[in-house]
Amino acid sequence: MMRRGAEASIALLGAAGVLAAAWAAPWLKFVLTIALAKGIAVLGILLLLRAGQVTFGHAVYLAAGAYTVAFLAPSAGEAFLLLPVAALVSGLLGLVVGLFVVRYRDIFFGMLNLAISMVFYSLLEKLYSLTRGTDGIRVEPPRIAGFSLALEDYVWAMLILALVLAVGFGVLVRAYLASPMGQALAGIKTRETRLEFMGVSARRVLLAAYVLSALMGGVGGAIVGMTTRHVTPLLAYWTSSGELVFIAILGGAGAALGPFLGAVGYELVRVYAAASFAEAWQAILGAVLLLVILFAPGGLWGMISGLLGRGRPGRPA
Amino acid sequence: MAEWLGQNTLLLGLALLDGLAYAALVFMVAVGLNLVFGVLRIINIAHGSLFAIGGYAAASLGLFLAAHGLPGWIQYVALVLAAALVGGILGPVIERLVLRRIYGHEQVLQLLVTFALFMILEDVQKLVWGVQPVTNDAPLRLLGTVDVPFGEDVIPFTAYQLFVLPGVALATLGGLAWFLRRTLTGRIIVAVTTDREAATAMGIDARRVFLLTFTFGAGLAALGGALASPTTTLVPGIGASTIVLSFAVVATAGLGQIEGAAISSLLIGIGRSAAVYLAPEFEVVVPYLIMVAVLLVRPQGLFGVVETRRV
Repeated sequence: MMRRGAEASIALLGAAGVLAAAWAAPWLKFVLTIALAKGIAVLGILLLLRAGQVTFGHAVYLAAGAYTVAFLAPSAGEAFLLLPVAALVSGLLGLVVGLFVVRYRDIFFGMLNLAISMVFYSLLEKLYSLTRGTDGIRVEPPRIAGFSLALEDYVWAMLILALVLAVGFGVLVRAYLASPMGQALAGIKTRETRLEFMGVSARRVLLAAYVLSALMGGVGGAIVGMTTRHVTPLLAYWTSSGELVFIAILGGAGAALGPFLGAVGYELVRVYAAASFAEAWQAILGAVLLLVILFAPGGLWGMISGLLGRGRPGRPA
Repeated sequence: MAEWLGQNTLLLGLALLDGLAYAALVFMVAVGLNLVFGVLRIINIAHGSLFAIGGYAAASLGLFLAAHGLPGWIQYVALVLAAALVGGILGPVIERLVLRRIYGHEQVLQLLVTFALFMILEDVQKLVWGVQPVTNDAPLRLLGTVDVPFGEDVIPFTAYQLFVLPGVALATLGGLAWFLRRTLTGRIIVAVTTDREAATAMGIDARRVFLLTFTFGAGLAALGGALASPTTTLVPGIGASTIVLSFAVVATAGLGQIEGAAISSLLIGIGRSAAVYLAPEFEVVVPYLIMVAVLLVRPQGLFGVVETRRV
């Protein structure tokens, strides 16, 4: 683990870099806000990866957050109200689903999550009267702390909000992983039975992490909903979940900064690849993912900490 | 209930026939996925892409042959040929270049590697065949329809879906069971699956077994796609929806189970087509509901074997 001071200064540098980039290239604001929102959701994937579990269904919590915003924005158009409600809704959904899925491990854990997310995807798509199906729902920009902002200011405000939340949840996840609950997560990965011998309930440890990860998915989704201002069932499709796991591995599952590095890298590659090779951007992302896994298993964070010579590059998740 | 049944026998009959044909297709994909998992211990997310590419290749080849005025029976040769080509080329390329590097890695990384392959193959498919729907229903039309008596009614159903699809699926099931249990190569595959180290110590080349199995599995996926191509319109995204469906089948059956895959294909295939006729909004949900229900009762799947927990 890298020294705390070094990690904090990299995080601060990164935050300053995000603001500087957004100021220098205004169109980047949108991309960066989405990247930060996805980064928050990927922090949740990181928690589960610490326990050696991978889910191909996590996008359902992101979608739950985004749809909560879409449903409530007309009656309660206030960002500081929508965000906690979205987090709560996703957290509760995570609790209900979690009670069921934490009994399973590995492939079955991944597949059950996948199956449940596909059920939600289908419901979002088919219940047209409620969700307007694949057309999706348009979201009016909510007020922020009571202010109805002009579009330009609104975009800035969303970016800053996302940045603050990203830092906040990053610190939270870092502390969580260092806490006994976080250490027990790693225990699930190495020797679950040993954990049980110590009197620790592996299911409860995993459930706590699962609910927290669902909650962060909801926060990320709420930001996505308020930023794109249009939510569709595609948010919950299994490929969106795969994207989140992709970002986790691209960034490096070793540290709380990884998801954000991964998300910014992912969104930038996606934007540039889509602009230059409209037909093959997905293949380019796939190739990047292959190269990272085969040649840089520590992800972007592993490379950076390797360059700084302090961390342990290539440290597996 | 009885009254309802009386009024809806036709509907139920259709659902049953449709379900059988659909189950046959699902089985072709799921059994390949399951075979590959059983031997390589990798869940191949790109398996659905192989299904899609097999379908596209078969449709293109069929259209090409028909345009050159070749006789009708050659359409069926084209289906099998296209599948063999796709499996025979893509299978070894993927196994040699990519999968070989990640055997024994963490499961998360293995899953993501095949996810990366999925992303690449999806775009390859779009580059080659575009995003316009592709269809070639010649193999379906050429065999005509059969009148299936059902109670007092008669259901006209295509002979292709009634005989060819279930026939090929049954032949695959029987052939695979025979191959794995009665032939030397099959026994070698089973040996490597059971205990790779011991098999290697006996002089078995496990790497060749992996290559062979993956190629065969890829061929089965492509054949599933090729057989499906006359009954459906090929559009981008068909691979993505196929793979999640076959995940559901495989998880319901239990990992690595061949016969189990057949039973759960039937369960899910008929369940889904019943939903198409009775509650169309929930058509897509039914396979996953079946899977969740089964896993609630039997966490290792219908036919899965509980592995001893290693301390």
